[in-house]
Amino acid sequence: LNMFESNPILDKAVKETVAKRLSRSATYCEVCFWKCAAWIYKDEHNDIKKIIGNEQDSHCNGRLCPRGTGGIGMYSDEDRLKTPLIRTTINGEETYREASWDEALNLIASKFKDIKANYGSEAFALLKHGSPGSHLEHLFKAYGSDTIAEPAYAQCRGPRETGFGLTFGSWIGSPEPTDIRDTKCLVLIGSHLGENMHNSQVQEMSDAIDNDATLITVDPRYSTAASKSKHWLPIKPATDIALLLSWMHVLIEEDLYNKNYVEKYATGFEELKKHVKPYTPEWAYGITTIKPEDIRKTARIMAAAAPSVIIHPGRHVVWYGDDSQRSRAVAILNGLLGSWGNRGGFYFKEKISIPKYPHPHYPEPKWGWHDLGTQYPYAEMGLTTAIVDATLQADKSKYPIKAWMVAGTNLINTLPQREKTIEAINKLDFLVVVDTMPMEITGYADVVLPECTYLERYDGIRSAPNRTPSIAVRIPAVKPKYNSKPAWWISKQIAERLGLGAYFNYDDFEEVIAWQLNKLGTSLEEMKKIGVKNFPRQSGPLYLEVEQDYEFNTPSGKIELYSKELANYGFDPIPVYVPHPEPPQGFYRLNYGRSPMHTFSRTINNPYLNNLKSENTLWVNPKVARILNLKKDQEVWLKNQDDIISTFSIKVRITERIRWDSVYMYHGFGHNNKKLSRAFGKGMSDTDLISSTVIDPLMGGTGLRGNFVSILKENPHKTKEI
Amino acid sequence: MQEELFTSGRNIPNIDPSLQIWHWPISLYLFLGGLAAGILFFAALFYLLGKEKEYPTAVKTASIVPPIALSIGIMALVYDLTHPLYTWQLYTTFRIESPMSWGAWVLLITTPLSFLWAFSFYRESYPKTESKLKLFKKLKFLARTEHFIISNRKYIAYALIPLSIILGVYTGILLSAFNARPLWNNAILGPLFLTSGLSTGAAAIILLSKSRNERRVFSKIDLALIVIEMALIIHMIMGYYAGSQVQLEAMELLVGGEFTLMFFGFVILLGLLVPATLETIELFGFKVPVVVPAVLVIIGGLLFRFIMVEAGQLTRYLY
Amino acid sequence: MRYAMVIDTLKCVGCSDCVVACQTENNIPHGYCRDWITEAVSGSYPNLELELRSERCNHCDNAPCVRCCPTGASHIAEGGIVLVTPDKCIGCGACIESCPYDARYQHPDGYVDKCTFCYHRLKKGQLPACVSVCPTKCMYFGDLDDPNSDVSQLLKNRTYKTLAPEAGTKPHVFYLT
Ligand SMILES: Nc1nc2c(c(=O)[nH]1)N[C@H]1C(S)=C(S)[C@@H](COP(=O)(O)OP(=O)(O)OC[C@H]3O[C@@H](n4cnc5c(=O)[nH]c(N)nc54)[C@H](O)[C@@H]3O)O[C@H]1N2
Ligand SMILES: Nc1nc2c(c(=O)[nH]1)N[C@H]1C(S)=C(S)[C@@H](COP(=O)(O)OP(=O)(O)OC[C@H]3O[C@@H](n4cnc5c(=O)[nH]c(N)nc54)[C@H](O)[C@@H]3O)O[C@H]1N2
Ligand code: SF4
Ligand code: SF4
Ligand code: SF4
Ligand code: SF4
Ligand code: SF4
Ligand SMILES: [Mo]
Repeated sequence: LNMFESNPILDKAVKETVAKRLSRSATYCEVCFWKCAAWIYKDEHNDIKKIIGNEQDSHCNGRLCPRGTGGIGMYSDEDRLKTPLIRTTINGEETYREASWDEALNLIASKFKDIKANYGSEAFALLKHGSPGSHLEHLFKAYGSDTIAEPAYAQCRGPRETGFGLTFGSWIGSPEPTDIRDTKCLVLIGSHLGENMHNSQVQEMSDAIDNDATLITVDPRYSTAASKSKHWLPIKPATDIALLLSWMHVLIEEDLYNKNYVEKYATGFEELKKHVKPYTPEWAYGITTIKPEDIRKTARIMAAAAPSVIIHPGRHVVWYGDDSQRSRAVAILNGLLGSWGNRGGFYFKEKISIPKYPHPHYPEPKWGWHDLGTQYPYAEMGLTTAIVDATLQADKSKYPIKAWMVAGTNLINTLPQREKTIEAINKLDFLVVVDTMPMEITGYADVVLPECTYLERYDGIRSAPNRTPSIAVRIPAVKPKYNSKPAWWISKQIAERLGLGAYFNYDDFEEVIAWQLNKLGTSLEEMKKIGVKNFPRQSGPLYLEVEQDYEFNTPSGKIELYSKELANYGFDPIPVYVPHPEPPQGFYRLNYGRSPMHTFSRTINNPYLNNLKSENTLWVNPKVARILNLKKDQEVWLKNQDDIISTFSIKVRITERIRWDSVYMYHGFGHNNKKLSRAFGKGMSDTDLISSTVIDPLMGGTGLRGNFVSILKENPHKTKEI
Repeated sequence: MQEELFTSGRNIPNIDPSLQIWHWPISLYLFLGGLAAGILFFAALFYLLGKEKEYPTAVKTASIVPPIALSIGIMALVYDLTHPLYTWQLYTTFRIESPMSWGAWVLLITTPLSFLWAFSFYRESYPKTESKLKLFKKLKFLARTEHFIISNRKYIAYALIPLSIILGVYTGILLSAFNARPLWNNAILGPLFLTSGLSTGAAAIILLSKSRNERRVFSKIDLALIVIEMALIIHMIMGYYAGSQVQLEAMELLVGGEFTLMFFGFVILLGLLVPATLETIELFGFKVPVVVPAVLVIIGGLLFRFIMVEAGQLTRYLY
Repeated sequence: MRYAMVIDTLKCVGCSDCVVACQTENNIPHGYCRDWITEAVSGSYPNLELELRSERCNHCDNAPCVRCCPTGASHIAEGGIVLVTPDKCIGCGACIESCPYDARYQHPDGYVDKCTFCYHRLKKGQLPACVSVCPTKCMYFGDLDDPNSDVSQLLKNRTYKTLAPEAGTKPHVFYLT
């Protein structure tokens, strides 16, 4: 790019702006869990100026998403937790006082000891999400507790891992091994890429548009992805399984499925054929409201593109309680088309395994997360909600949970059935929260520990499965602001107070990384300079070779279109469609999703991202607005089927982008902690109204989409006060 | 249904609300500029016509108003600048396409002339004040300066005629040059503001005048100006009707929107029609206290500027 | 040389990364911005269309903001970039009133500010911050006078529009449709 020759005004202006020399250091982003590698730029005063993606990183290709770019706000937010806090009672009123780290850590260590002495280490549960989790997990395992869970399972991806695991013998994992950039046809089922800003997927969706791939979006709402799609199927909510079955019907009855592939790699085809026989597009039309010809047309497009076609597994898939089965239907459809292991479908991912820094063996806990979810045979990770239940039952159960540590998850806005979460917290002997911000959950803690942000600390080496394996490092760009500390330090401090110092045999986590990097054939010095290192693949090609024999990690070694295992457990071996409750008269289905410029509740107070969107709106179809006589920007409150009323009001957006039987809002808003100066009381929290969940019988996921709301035009809280 | 909204970046605290960037000082300034232009015009005109004896207020007494009005106007203008320390940058260049630049230069020349003009009549018009202040006794050079000005008054008057017209027209053109604000963007605004300025100037002269004859003549002048002004306003509204979608929407603000009462009630009815009627009645020999129409015209003129500045900034281009 | 920005509305997802990136790159104080996202929905459920546009100063060829500026603070620099020199700007607001796109704002330091096409980056051979960060790669930047540039090629081969052409400003930000 050859720019200006000479222009005195420009020259002067440029000198002024460029005079500040910026230096950069490597990190990976923690604003969501895609973990894009990035460069933090700071000036000579150690002020962080900007964060830019690392060109070498396949998670971001040098381009962060808005949240990553605005990540500086996590650091600069003046509402941050600044020092440890301990709950006390002053004049009969519960409040927090500032404490030294020593005092707070001593108190926590004494609680760890008490719990162990009275109930066993297992009674101390860890609820975590994101990077701090791994350090604390190490502490908990050293201490003897495996009572660990994160919301990314039962409130997020769990069902799809079950569905795909049962079918292909492999989890999808993160990042999803979807070969979007090379696909000919991308089918999104309630996966709103473009609003869901998981970075390289959004980038690849754009590549797919450039490559003239056909996008098909199934969503009751006119999502951004729907607007980019050649075919938008505006499905009636909660009926996706019917559509999936009838797509299978068309593929099989019209003989369009990938015969070679199915013959070679799949089992149970005949059962499937028989099963989907009755599910004609005409049948599905009555359920989904999608016209038979559209079902046929889109099935044929997929077949024509096969095997370069992706029926996307989605990510936040806990919808209606039959989610593992819906995910299985998605997996089976992919199986019929032959997309698994093919270019433009799902590639074979590969990751680097990071050598374990030596430490003594963990003690064997007597029970753990596994025992809490035994009624769900496919619960393969801890269920947050099972920990809540076990806490509520602590007095009668053989798995009594008496204390929690919560780190990097704002359970109050994250778990459904908020009342239940709060009730469980009230039963605890002790709750310690490790967070960066005074989020709702910190208001329930006995001790609050301020973690420094990802820009101010070391964390574990990022190693994620991808087309090519890679590692990325997180190096602190600046010293921790205020009196905050990294989670590795917190874990080590607690461990030392518990006599578990041997598990943390280093002074600085930097040593651990340096050791691991050396083992990986590189060094901390090198990684500080490059941030990301890509390695050659070891596991063979990205895709199946022609006629390659391949054993899937299922009981039969094949793609299981029919699952004997499920049949043995008494579950449907092939998914069936079961109708779900519909909104009663005067109620609308509560639909929610991602705001592209925010991550859940964590970024709403971020000064940069708050600037982009400071409150959510309630999307209402014009027909509904007419019936209820709602005006644009009018403030309304919502009341759900269980008579729960939203804490705050929300402004109405009248838009054709939402169906007349639903309302929609972005998740994450409606903070009720006054310490969040920008976010408090702005917009509404969908979690307020998710009091009913349908539990996935296979893996224990909490279906969140079965809640119905009515719209109140008068402030319901005013009348209460009188 | 058509829906257009800002996803982000706008509707944030400091952007859209503050597109309303011109505040009351600008309206005040436009009014005072017009008023000063009106008075200066009549003063210079009647002086050159040799009618200073018959119209002493217009030529002499009222000349005290323009320098004060212009000074307050300039202060208001600078007050509304957000980077006022750099005001001098206005005078490092002359931008022929910028009405703002024209205005700055016209003010730079007209304001001192208005001071000289008022000064040259000071001892004659306000002998009582001078006998109290005794300025000329204290400062000897004043007399010499006064003598010099008086001998060159004719040239000042010649200069003031075009300058006052430019000043009066400019207060309108300043707005009408913005084709981004559909309410302002019409060719009528210049003549309209000039006429209105002359009319408020005439009204001010009526208010200050002690001569019955002078008041009668200026009542007639004012009446004629009001008739022209009404014609221009009708023309302007017809223009909006014939205009594009954005202009239609702009006009809605005046004709069927939040400014309708102010515009029709206060500007048209009380500011133009009522004074015109009263002045007509007086022409027919009925006794009307002259202050009433004059005050109404002045208030109407002031409100007119406020409405145009406020409402204009609410109108924007559709796209 | 004539700089232009071309934005593909078929790919833009309205994520606003371009807005934050501009703020961090150009030190824009919180509460202000040089670019913004517009969302236009038309039709009725389920026959709908949605256009998302990243908007900013259009660096107009026929720029009313430059014409009306009394001090010359607003000027057209090399490559047709419309700039404001803060030291010359008195903050009279004439340029704000004159811009049909409402692309300018009063900086809290008094002067008027707007998109500069990131001239300080161009000078170093870099793309504007918004362009370089956009995750969908839907923004293109380059020289219209060079027939082989991305922007010239895209305008040759695709349909496009400018905003408010009736304002006669001749924008140099183009939207592929
Ligand atoms: N109603 C509703 N509930 C949902 C969802 C929904 O869409 N609607 N989505 C579900 C899904 S998919 C998921 S994955 C979960 C996500 O659930 P969470 O991960 O709980 O989501 P956040 O609200 O982002 O909460 C993150 C918390 O971590 C803190 N935090 C951020 N960075 C750090 C850090 O570096 N260190 C520490 N110690 N803390 C940090 C934040 O301040 C915040 O309190 O929510 C689930 N729950
Ligand atoms: N910007 C941003 N991006 C994110 C996140 C974030 O917080 N912010 N979080 C990340 C995380 S952890 C996750 S899990 C993902 C989640 O991202 P996704 O899995 O893509 O999103 P969901 O929240 O499941 O889906 C929301 C969409 O489902 C549609 N929907 C609702 N009901 C139905 C239905 O019955 N049928 C169908 N077919 N569609 C329906 C909604 O209309 C909406 O468009 O996003 C990730 N990306
Ligand atoms: S997708 Fe965005 S928020 Fe998530 S890690 Fe990447 S840059 Fe950060
Ligand atoms: S960054 Fe790109 S995709 Fe996102 S809003 Fe801006 S132009 Fe659109
Ligand atoms: S968009 Fe507005 S500010 Fe930019 S050059 Fe055009 S008129 Fe001037
Ligand atoms: S505000 Fe500044 S840049 Fe704008 S017209 Fe006035 S002096 Fe020129
Ligand atoms: S070109 Fe630069 S100044 Fe203009 S909007 Fe983009 S980032 Fe901002
Ligand atoms: Mo998630």
